[in-house]
Amino acid sequence: MDTIERIKEQIAENSILLYMKGSPKLPSCGFSSQASQALISCEEKFAYIDILQNPDIRAELPKYANWPTFPQLWIDGELVGGCDIILEMFQQGELQTLIKESAAKNKSKQ
Amino acid sequence: MTIQSSIEEKLLSAFSPLHLDVVNESNQHNVAPGSESHFKVIIVTSEFEGERLIKRHRAVNAVLAIELAEHIHALALHTYTEKEWNDYYADNTPLSPNCLGGSKKS
Repeated sequence: MDTIERIKEQIAENSILLYMKGSPKLPSCGFSSQASQALISCEEKFAYIDILQNPDIRAELPKYANWPTFPQLWIDGELVGGCDIILEMFQQGELQTLIKESAAKNKSKQ
Repeated sequence: MTIQSSIEEKLLSAFSPLHLDVVNESNQHNVAPGSESHFKVIIVTSEFEGERLIKRHRAVNAVLAIELAEHIHALALHTYTEKEWNDYYADNTPLSPNCLGGSKKS
């Protein structure tokens, strides 16, 4: 499967998905660390993909997303933003709402 | 021209900001001294009125597309309207995180 197809599949199959450097437990970048901390604080399950382990995704996703940097948070198939947006929304309480709504939607589907 | 001043010039002419801060934060990261790789931009403009954050960031990224593609490794963006700035962020400007080592190009 080519890289863009893989990306599309990942985004479609994971309603809350963080592309980051490293993992939430062992982030390799300060921005990825802050972003995953904010997500963890929302207390819903989320998927992550370590782009350092996936150089093809690291190369292709910025073009596909029209977003130049990592981390990238995708919710329900849509790019929410990078670290600064995630943190600002978290501080305003908007991220929690968005995440809870997405999680609830997906629980009711199952 | 340095990357920093080219970022400043482009943002000034694109957004006529009320407030603009371009900070070279490369020294917080795992790069050679004097690098221009990591930046923080704080920009306050009426053009962000009624726009969601993702749209504001996309607008800035578009103006800095060449810098992002060729020079900048990390760009922290803080985009505010005049009201958001005056009500809160002028006294609470966010700090960028320190490096955890992941900025090395693979």
